[in-house]
Amino acid sequence: MMSVFPSTAAAKAAGRGKRAAGAASDAPGPPKSRSQRAAYLFIAPLGIGFAAFYFWPLLQTFFYSFTEFGAFGGNTWVGTDNYVRVLKDVTVWQALGNTLIYCAIGLLALPLAIGIAALLNRRGLRGVALYRALYFIPFVTLPVAVGLVWNWLYNGDYGLINEVLEWIGADRRYWVSDPSTAVYAIGTVMVWSTTGYYLIIFMAGIKGIPQDYYEAAELDGAGPLRRFFTITLPLLSPTIFFASIICMINSLQTFDLIYIMMAEKNPAIGDTQSVVSLFYKWAFIENAQGAAAALAFLLMLIIAALTLVQFRLQKRWVHYA
Amino acid sequence: MRRRTLLYGAMAAPLLAACSGQSDDGKASGGRTTLTYGVWDVAQVPGMQKVIDAFEKENPGISVRMELTPWSSYWTTLKTAMRGGTAPDVFWMNAVNLQLYASSGVLEPLSGHIKSDATPVDRHRHALVKIYAYQGTQYGIPKDFDTIGLWYNKALFDKAGIEYPDATWTWDDVRDAAAELTDPRARVHGMAAEMDRQGQLYPAIHGAGGYVLKDGRSGFGDERSIEGLRYWTDMIDRGWSPPQSAMVESRARNRYWSEKTAMVYDLSAMAGQMYAIPALKDHGGVAVLPKGRERATIIHGLANVISAKSRKKAAAWKFVHFMAGRRAAEIQASAGVTISSYEGTQGAWLKSMPEFDLKHFIEMQEYAVPYPSSKNTAVWENLQYPLLGAAFSGKGGIESAARTLGEQMDRALKEERA
Repeated sequence: MMSVFPSTAAAKAAGRGKRAAGAASDAPGPPKSRSQRAAYLFIAPLGIGFAAFYFWPLLQTFFYSFTEFGAFGGNTWVGTDNYVRVLKDVTVWQALGNTLIYCAIGLLALPLAIGIAALLNRRGLRGVALYRALYFIPFVTLPVAVGLVWNWLYNGDYGLINEVLEWIGADRRYWVSDPSTAVYAIGTVMVWSTTGYYLIIFMAGIKGIPQDYYEAAELDGAGPLRRFFTITLPLLSPTIFFASIICMINSLQTFDLIYIMMAEKNPAIGDTQSVVSLFYKWAFIENAQGAAAALAFLLMLIIAALTLVQFRLQKRWVHYA
Repeated sequence: MRRRTLLYGAMAAPLLAACSGQSDDGKASGGRTTLTYGVWDVAQVPGMQKVIDAFEKENPGISVRMELTPWSSYWTTLKTAMRGGTAPDVFWMNAVNLQLYASSGVLEPLSGHIKSDATPVDRHRHALVKIYAYQGTQYGIPKDFDTIGLWYNKALFDKAGIEYPDATWTWDDVRDAAAELTDPRARVHGMAAEMDRQGQLYPAIHGAGGYVLKDGRSGFGDERSIEGLRYWTDMIDRGWSPPQSAMVESRARNRYWSEKTAMVYDLSAMAGQMYAIPALKDHGGVAVLPKGRERATIIHGLANVISAKSRKKAAAWKFVHFMAGRRAAEIQASAGVTISSYEGTQGAWLKSMPEFDLKHFIEMQEYAVPYPSSKNTAVWENLQYPLLGAAFSGKGGIESAARTLGEQMDRALKEERA
């Protein structure tokens, strides 16, 4: 269940380290080697943690994906059987489809966050810190609490959402147990709880755009919308690119909200199950750790592929000023 | 970031458990052996403590410490602890997991001990004892049991002017009553046909003369089994029961407790909780399950087992032997939490709630079917709710859903034998 992002970051760090080592050997000298040692020392906390808690489990998972895992330890080599099982299983494809829906919905948090960030960055707005905190609270709230409270809001018999709908004359619905709405109900909560996080990133990004551009545009008579689309958006594009990668990876790994919000007997469970919830079910309930490991690797490959596509596409729309 | 932590935590758990492996030995301090006893039901803790107190008085050299793990994480925690060697010496087992644990060799075989100490296993219902045997060897001894009964609300029956359910009732009587009792304006349903395997699905399947699992084959594709399932989906389709989508949020049990449903199939173990609700204590009642083609209910009970990795097996066996006996059963029964499985000790439980006619639960043992299980029960049980969900939500198609379930379950059963 490795996300690609930290690993690329570490690869870059490692590459940089090597280059530094090469430079040091070209011009040997006490001050340089000391600074080099210091550099390693600074990298060490991340490097060791990364190796012990990301890279080593990743290798183990890769190994386990070729074995059948006993419920109480011990494993036998089964070759590619687990991968065959994963590719043949219809629930895997359904979960994959659901996961892509979550990803698409999850990405809606970005335009929402950009819009709010632009509004909060208007000159003369008072209480920005308060708004920022309010928007950020959902993100730092425990997913368990978020899931429970939203389940009450969605409740078919007593939920607030249905009360409001009834009041305006619409039909009540069982939002999280109706297969046609459940995936969107969960997606909505996802967007609600992550928007604040991207908002912070975008606010910082907008702060980094020099005021001169806006002043010049204003003198030339550009209105606020024009300024937003021709200055803010293009100059924010590197930040948007970063946020979209993080957002995509996080949405592809959706698990906790589904785990909390979807009860075992929910008739919509097949329509909302993500790849990671399927992984959890296989690994921890059905004693199929080997197949679960193979599934985790499949997800990792998909995340890597989509991230690669994003990196390719960025040349067309990301402007580095 | 935070989305990942939960998963990594879960993945790291076995690793950490392995690291901390041999540290907690609990070895005798001052010549005493300390046993750990793993349980999951907080409601039973006070009663079990009384049993432990009596055991410790009889065996001064041994003390027992209960380790409570909530149901939701009991099995994952136990499995992890088993791998790391920190599992309790004695712990609770259920039908779903027995064969998995026994076949993996992590449970101490008890047959030899039972023979040499003349443990009164035959005083417990054979249907229950059988659940805890695997390939001819006994691995656990039942401590209690529960059956499913028909709970009903006398006030709602009086209001509709219908006689209360009794032992003569058949499924037709239930249908007639459900239709009469349903009152859409008061949002009251006659029955709550929840999609729950132990409470509703299995009793109805056997009541219709079908079966869940026989000789390693699934019974879900069987015509009689489908008839049993249709008993429930019909009530949903006719509006006598809320659909499953509504019962995800407020379970059948809760609807009965809040007097929004007049009848419900539920466990004997729920008696205590119902008794605590003043309205139900006043006008709640219970009867044997109505007869379909056959009389049937499902019987299940917990058992005490010993970990094969325990280093205090002699003391652990003494404790399990004690809990299989009459004295422990009587203490447990008078605590009023569950029905002891030891024959003839149920009187105290019956007397603890005189307003309810609890003797029906004991009578039903005559024709009760043991909870079905195989080596990897959880795998095929997990197929049930996703496949039957649509039919239980009023979308129809129970026949084809049940047949698909039967095929998939057969495939899972074949895989577990491979």
